[in-house]
Amino acid sequence: MPEQKMLTKRIGDINPLSIKDALEKGTYKQLEKALKMNRIDLIDEVEKANLRGRGGAGFPMHIKMMSTAKQESTPKYVVCNADEGEPGNFKDRYLMENDPHIILEGILIAAYATGASKGYFYIRGEYNQAISIMKWAIEEAKENGLLGTGIQGSDFDFDIEIRTGAGSYVVGEEFAMIESIEGKSGRTRVKPPFPTDEGVFGKPTLLNNVETYCNLPFIVDMGGENYSKIGTKTSTGTKLISLSGNVTNPGVYEVPFGTTVREVIEDLGGGVPNEHKIKMVQLGGACGPIIPEFMLDLQIDFERFEEFESKTGAGAIIVMDERQDLFEVLMRIVKFFQHESCGRCTPCREGHVHLEKLVHSFFKGDGNPNELYSLESLARVMHHSSLCGLGQSSPISIISSLSYFRDAFHDRMAFGGGEK
Amino acid sequence: MQLKEVLDKYPQSEDYLIEILMDYQKHKMHHDLTEEELKTIAKHLDIKESRVSSVVTFYSLFSLEPKGRHVIQVCHDVPCHVNNQTAVLNTLKTMLNIDVGQTTDDEMFTLEYTSCLGACDKAPVMRIGEKTFMNLTSNKVKAIIAEYRGRKHA
Repeated sequence: MPEQKMLTKRIGDINPLSIKDALEKGTYKQLEKALKMNRIDLIDEVEKANLRGRGGAGFPMHIKMMSTAKQESTPKYVVCNADEGEPGNFKDRYLMENDPHIILEGILIAAYATGASKGYFYIRGEYNQAISIMKWAIEEAKENGLLGTGIQGSDFDFDIEIRTGAGSYVVGEEFAMIESIEGKSGRTRVKPPFPTDEGVFGKPTLLNNVETYCNLPFIVDMGGENYSKIGTKTSTGTKLISLSGNVTNPGVYEVPFGTTVREVIEDLGGGVPNEHKIKMVQLGGACGPIIPEFMLDLQIDFERFEEFESKTGAGAIIVMDERQDLFEVLMRIVKFFQHESCGRCTPCREGHVHLEKLVHSFFKGDGNPNELYSLESLARVMHHSSLCGLGQSSPISIISSLSYFRDAFHDRMAFGGGEK
Repeated sequence: MQLKEVLDKYPQSEDYLIEILMDYQKHKMHHDLTEEELKTIAKHLDIKESRVSSVVTFYSLFSLEPKGRHVIQVCHDVPCHVNNQTAVLNTLKTMLNIDVGQTTDDEMFTLEYTSCLGACDKAPVMRIGEKTFMNLTSNKVKAIIAEYRGRKHA
C-alpha cells in the first residue's frame, strides 16, 4: 500500500517561511468555510469523521471539543501539544518545520468550534528550528488578519503564543503540560476534573497533538462522512509514521490506517540494509511494544494496538536487525523513563529504580527465576497503578518482550548458558 | 545580555518563569544560573525562591553548575543506539579526554547525554549549543570538534 498524502501533500511545494505560499495553496480557506458554520455542526462533522487523537492515547476528538464547547466558564484555551519527546518520533517536528500554517489553521478551527479565545503552542525546548519557524508563522498570520480580533471579517477573536519546554519528557502528558504552561514543574494532576473542565489557569482547555489539529481543515473540506471513508472502519484518516532504526530509507511517511507495519518497513522504507534481517520492531516509541518479525503483518489501527495493552502511540516504527541485543535496548528504554519520571506517584518513581536493576541482571547474564518473576509482576503493577501515561506505558516494552522473547530471558539466566 | 533586559522582555507574570529562565540561561557563557539570579527573578515575579528553585531543578535544560562554553549533547536513545551511536560517543570521549558529565580543563566543552532530539531518521545525532548535527560518523565528529577548537584561536 503506497503513501496517501493528505496532511503532508504540500510539503516540498511551499516555503514554510512564506504565508504567501501557504495562502496560494489554499491554506486558511477551510477556516473561512468553518467560520460560516454553526459551532455545534462543526463538532458534529468531527464526530462523523471519527477523528481520534494522534499524540498517543487516541481519544476521540469530538468528545473533547464538545466538552470544552459546553463549558460556560471563560476564557477558554486551546493548547497544541508539540512536546514531541518520545524516542523514535519526529513527525510533529516534520510538520512544524515544513508546513506551519496547516497546524495554525487546524488550531483556529478548533478554537472557533469550542469558543476558545487564547491558545498556547507548547514546543519542546530542544526543537530550536521548529520554535523559530512557528514563531515566524504566527507573526505572519497576525499580519494577515488570521490571528487577533475579527478574524477573516468574523466576530471570532483568537490569539496564540509559543511556550517552550525546558527538557522534560513527562510534560507531553496533558496535565503536566498545563502545569508547565502556568510556569511550574511538570507534574501531573489527579483526574478528574479533566482539562476540558479545569485546564490552564483552572479554565476549560482543549489540548491536542499537532497532527490531530492538522486533520481538521481536511474534515471541514471533505465533510466528516467522506473523511471517515479513509482508513479502516474503526480508525479513520491517515497516520504519520516516523520510521527509524536499521532501515534503508528512514523518514516520515503518511499512510492510511490499516496499512501494515511490514508495508511501511519494506515498501516505503526499503527494508533492512546490507542483507541484515529484522530481529525486532518497537512500535509507537519507547513506550510501545517490541514485537518479533513474524508479527509485522499487524495493521496500524487503534483497535489492533490495544491488544498489546498499548495505545497506538504517536506512530513510531523503530526497526532493529539481528545484530541488536534486546537487553541493551531495554536498558536504554528503562533508563530513559527512570530519568523522565516526575516522581509524583510511587509505582513510577520507585518502580523504575527496581526495573532497571532487574533488567540489568539479565543484561549481564546474571538473571534468575525469581528476578524474572519480579520483573514481570513489577512491570504489571506499574502498568496498572501509575498515575499518568508515563508509568502506565513505560513497562510495555518489557511486558511485550516477556511475551514474545521469553526464551531470551531464560538464555540470560546465570545457569542458562547465556549469550554473554 | 543582562538579566534586567531579559526580565523587561516578558510580562511580569509567574507563568513566564520558564521562558525567562530559558532565555536568560541561553545568553550566559557557561550556561548556568546562580542563586543570586534566581533570587532576583523570584523577587521580580513576586514568587517564592523555592518555587523558582523547584522549576530549575525539575527541568533538565537548566543548570546550577557552570558548564563549558560549548555543551555537546549526544542522544543515546534506541534509534541512535542501533545506528552505532557508541562509536560516535567514544570518539568524543577520546578527542575531548573527558567522560559524559564532565567539562574539559580549558572549559571549552561539556559532554552530556540528551533525550531524543527528534531526528531519528538521521541517526546518530548530537547537538552543540542550538545546532544539531546528524548522520554522524567518527570522522564527521572529529571534523566538527576540530572546527570548534579552531574557532577558539580565531
